[in-house]
Amino acid sequence: MSTISELLIISIGSAFVSNVVLSQFYGLCPFLGVSKQLKTAGGMGAAVIFVITLASLVSALIYRFLLDPFGLDYLKTIVFILVIAALVQFVEMFLKRFVPSLYKALGVYLPLITTNCAVLGTALTNVQKEYSVLYSVVNGFATAVGFAISICILAGIREKMRYNNIPKAFQGMPIVLVTAGLMAIAFCGFSGLL
Amino acid sequence: MNTSAILTAVIVIAVLGLILGLFLGIAAKAFHVETDPREDKISAALPGNNCGGCGYPGCTGLAAAIVNGEAPVNACPVGGAAVAKEVAAIMGVEADDTKRMAAYVKCAGDCEKAAKNYEYTGAEDCRMAALLPGGGDKSCAYGCLGYGSCVSACPFDAIHIVNGIALVDKDACKACGKCIEACPKKLIELLPYDSKYIVACSSKDKGPDVMKKCKAGCIGCGLCKKNCPKEAIDIKDLLAYIDQDKCEKCGVCAEKCPKKIILNH
Repeated sequence: MSTISELLIISIGSAFVSNVVLSQFYGLCPFLGVSKQLKTAGGMGAAVIFVITLASLVSALIYRFLLDPFGLDYLKTIVFILVIAALVQFVEMFLKRFVPSLYKALGVYLPLITTNCAVLGTALTNVQKEYSVLYSVVNGFATAVGFAISICILAGIREKMRYNNIPKAFQGMPIVLVTAGLMAIAFCGFSGLL
Repeated sequence: MNTSAILTAVIVIAVLGLILGLFLGIAAKAFHVETDPREDKISAALPGNNCGGCGYPGCTGLAAAIVNGEAPVNACPVGGAAVAKEVAAIMGVEADDTKRMAAYVKCAGDCEKAAKNYEYTGAEDCRMAALLPGGGDKSCAYGCLGYGSCVSACPFDAIHIVNGIALVDKDACKACGKCIEACPKKLIELLPYDSKYIVACSSKDKGPDVMKKCKAGCIGCGLCKKNCPKEAIDIKDLLAYIDQDKCEKCGVCAEKCPKKIILNH
């Protein structure tokens, strides 16, 4: 199989079949917290795509050229946490200085994702599946796109749900969790795709 | 025990942390953006626990909004007056005094003064009792039922049932408004903390009806309105209402009231 088709399969697999939120249950906090409006959900999705792609690249490089050759495989989790946190901090500073418009658009979401488990989870999955650097970046990007898709769908549903007459016991978080659960079941339909 | 493994781990993480720290430190200097110095000062003055109570994303978000003039200097609900004063000093403006408010129950028809139409034996909750014929067991359909929905709603233990009616402890009241929502009779109102004279009745019945039902009811006679030197009193729906902004706290209304229901709180 050629590299291109392999990458395509990885992408679709990460974005839909094993969706980071709806089938792996990573990153539930921003998924529930920032999905009140489609606009902010879109911002969060964009920020996550940005950070996960970059974090996948850096963590893959560090693993391939630093941890693996020296037999420090067992330190990967804590090293990734450290590196990702520093990376996000650095990206924030960089954007503030050079791309203030993007910095403003991403706003609080950028620091919010610093310690998100979806970011760390993706970096560790890349190592677990023994992806090369290129594969890691593509997998990271696709995973983040999967997150953006699911948070945007939930935000769209929540915007419409505001006009509904929801029983008092279900108002607020409960109905959101029920919705998220139904979405997860719907995403099960993708499991036959690959 | 493999001590070298522990040592390796500690050293690797420490060195990595040091390198990243240095790198971030240098980056912070290299990519430093000139911000309004007042913004940093305000951030330092704010409580800094990023609770989001002000509606802005964290304390730095609020600091930026204050500098841009989007938020008032007293926008931080946690810091209160002390922080507002400090922020105002940085911004070079006077802090608007946030007026302290307190809840007042506008009913004085306690067990001796107001009769009961029937015996209510249901749940101890005004919202249940208020659904019954006549709006509850109390003879007056507007009065405080005294089953304590407001008491259980109050998060500060500032409201209690005394002799069959709710009474607010002014000093404990934080003016959060939870009791106002809980009261099915809409008897509770937020008024300035230093208000002195309150019409302690909410009955919109006609004079003779009020007198029949309760010994402490406003009959809408208008004596207070006539005698008020500041024209602070208005009669609406056969009920006197004192405008606390105009009231000079002279007490003439309380003296003239034939039913003695303008109370000195």
